[in-house]
Amino acid sequence: MKQSLIKLCLVFAAVMLLAVPQVSQAKELKGDLEIFSWWAGDEGPALQALIGLYKGQYPNVNVIDATVSGGSGVNAKAVLKTRMLGGEPPDSFQVHAGQELIGTWVKSDRMEDLTFLFKEQGWMDAFPKGLVKLIGTDKGIWSVPVNIHRSNVMWYIPANLKKWGVEAPKNWNDFLKIAPKLQKEGITPLAMGANWTATHLWESVVIASIGAEKWNNLWTGKMKFNSPEMIKAWELFGKILPYTNTDAASLSWQQATDMVIDGRAAFNIMGDWAAGYMETTKKMVPGKDFAWLASPETEGVFIFLADSFGLPKGAPNRDNAIAWLKLLGSKKGSDTFNPLKGSISARTDTDLSKYNVYLQSAAKDFAKDAVAASLIHGAAANETFMGGFAQVMEMFLKTKNAKATAMASQQLADKAQIGK
Amino acid sequence: MREASRDRLKAFLTLLPSIILIAVFVYGFIGNTIWISMTDWGGSGALAFDPQKNFIGLDNYVDLFNGFLSAGFRQDLVNAVYYSLMLLAGAIGLGMFIAILLDQKPKGEDVLRTIFLYPMSLSFIVSGTIWRWLLAPQGGVNVLPTYLGFDALDFQWTSSTKAILEFNWQNILQILIYIAAFILILVGLFLLKGDPQKAVKRWLGPGVVIGAFAWLGGSLLPKTLFMEEMHGFNLATLGIIIATVWQYAGYTMALYLAGFNGISQDLRDAAMLDGASSTNYYRYVAIPMLKPITISAVIILSHISLKMFDIIFAMTGPDNAQTGHPALNMYMTTFRANDFARGAAIAIVLFLVAGTFIVPYVIGQYKQRRRG
Repeated sequence: MKQSLIKLCLVFAAVMLLAVPQVSQAKELKGDLEIFSWWAGDEGPALQALIGLYKGQYPNVNVIDATVSGGSGVNAKAVLKTRMLGGEPPDSFQVHAGQELIGTWVKSDRMEDLTFLFKEQGWMDAFPKGLVKLIGTDKGIWSVPVNIHRSNVMWYIPANLKKWGVEAPKNWNDFLKIAPKLQKEGITPLAMGANWTATHLWESVVIASIGAEKWNNLWTGKMKFNSPEMIKAWELFGKILPYTNTDAASLSWQQATDMVIDGRAAFNIMGDWAAGYMETTKKMVPGKDFAWLASPETEGVFIFLADSFGLPKGAPNRDNAIAWLKLLGSKKGSDTFNPLKGSISARTDTDLSKYNVYLQSAAKDFAKDAVAASLIHGAAANETFMGGFAQVMEMFLKTKNAKATAMASQQLADKAQIGK
Repeated sequence: MREASRDRLKAFLTLLPSIILIAVFVYGFIGNTIWISMTDWGGSGALAFDPQKNFIGLDNYVDLFNGFLSAGFRQDLVNAVYYSLMLLAGAIGLGMFIAILLDQKPKGEDVLRTIFLYPMSLSFIVSGTIWRWLLAPQGGVNVLPTYLGFDALDFQWTSSTKAILEFNWQNILQILIYIAAFILILVGLFLLKGDPQKAVKRWLGPGVVIGAFAWLGGSLLPKTLFMEEMHGFNLATLGIIIATVWQYAGYTMALYLAGFNGISQDLRDAAMLDGASSTNYYRYVAIPMLKPITISAVIILSHISLKMFDIIFAMTGPDNAQTGHPALNMYMTTFRANDFARGAAIAIVLFLVAGTFIVPYVIGQYKQRRRG
């Protein structure tokens, strides 16, 4: 008698548990929404604009902006890992689209498949097919991209080049010809910053050397890192390095860009956030005060990286997070965020009139260029490879031994199971 | 008898909670780290709810010391040795020097003492950032001479790529044997006066034999690596060492000053009466008396040098082979590359290095207590 009563209670409780979320779903959203990102500093206002938009739509939701600052998310990612391992995931977190997410969190089975959202919102057609492929696996689509950045851009100041009597080089041979001349006059030909900007430069040089197709093959295992072509690419990189500044290791990317702005260096290869820095922080006019080209011999290639947000399994406020993701992928959200962040929208139907001259040219290139995934910004390889590659790069900067470095990167690729 | 045993029980019960806590949270976790370092926990899927871990024995350690990809760790380890030596010499030397000066009771001693001790209250991140600006190659210290009309310096404080005292890691075995022989001979010479027979038999003889073996049979020793790999003292670390010494010299100063003040004035007067000069007083009386203080300063500073992390992060960033440190490498390996097993292995290596500082101290203390 007693037992059946307990059973009855249990069944009743189970029914209640199942029924309650459905009831609350029908009601207006409330509670918390914790957004985890590394957008502080220059990028903060763009995120705030998005949060403002969200609050306008769902005034009852308390948005917690959990920002952990630090370049390219070094610190944020470490904090995120301890939180996820401790069973305390945020509702939605920022992550570089591509292998960084897939190799870490999707492989660990900690993300929710967002295919339903893409179908429901019509995003399958709104985002380029190539991009959707890169953020998904055969098991689903894992994140909502909010922006697209280009990594292979060479920045310079036209007035300075005129003064020095040089032209922006179209290929590395031209560069190697004009570089000694510049160096003789006490000008650094190519400004570079800390370790990661060396890798940033390296990916542009490698694509110049082997082409976008073979670059993409590297990450599927069809091309080996120790192949003769890659050794040649490392050698080319080694030829360029002597023309960079000797104090690179202690500079941030902004300081490297400053060298170009101040006329202490001729060129800088950096992602297009440099345009945002020069325009917003330094109040320079794009196209007039500063100019750009695709980095030498990468004309027609768009090395891309994207920031995106995903939905971890067990997010405490799942409904609020889904509403947030819907906003991120929408045209309105995208066009609010990107002009402020200094990036282009991932959507094909974006309103270009809201963007500046540089971003308009980048958007045009994105529509027609071959797309290659950036290594240093998490699109090409998983974190095991990226973490190890920082050491491989240091090894090359120190020894300048192309063959040993190529061998080391292949060993690392095997360890990180690239292409498996 | 019953009273005593009840006291013992009380004492035991009072200590029990902390014994349990320390057993679990210190020794238990050390044990767990050792276990993890012998697995292959890492790579994709490392962060799964139930990650796969297989026992692989000492492979991670072997790879750290002679794997092709671990060159960065080996440079970091070499850096750590130099960091420790320079920090110990710098902070203790400078701290003792300032303490001796202040012990002369100059005017405004209290103010000076506060000024020297103050850097310790800053966090490493703050002082690291300030020092990064001071030592920026195109600013700070390097442009100081221009205010006096001289040319700017061009020393690359934290970004130099030059190294001195380089050695080839391939020959690490031979080098270690040389060091062992050197220490044996040194101890032997030190003991020669007291007990010549024992000194020769126990220390000098073996030292010479081992040294000769390393010298003559060096080529017979197995090479650690298949290619040469140079490691040395990077000039870029100088900037970080300066910043750390600046931060901790005040601390050792405070230790020594307290010690000097503790020596009774009578003793000092007696030494002076016997005709000791000020230098001789410090050399033969004060500093030898403060041996326990020196030992604790060495222990504390060597631990700090093994845990150096934030100051390097603030001054030169996480990926910088020139100034790297195993602690930083451990963090990056664990939380960026998701290689938990290897991160644990680095942690254990650091733990063992710390042990080489601690164990002789503990043994020394134990012996002293038994004698006393």
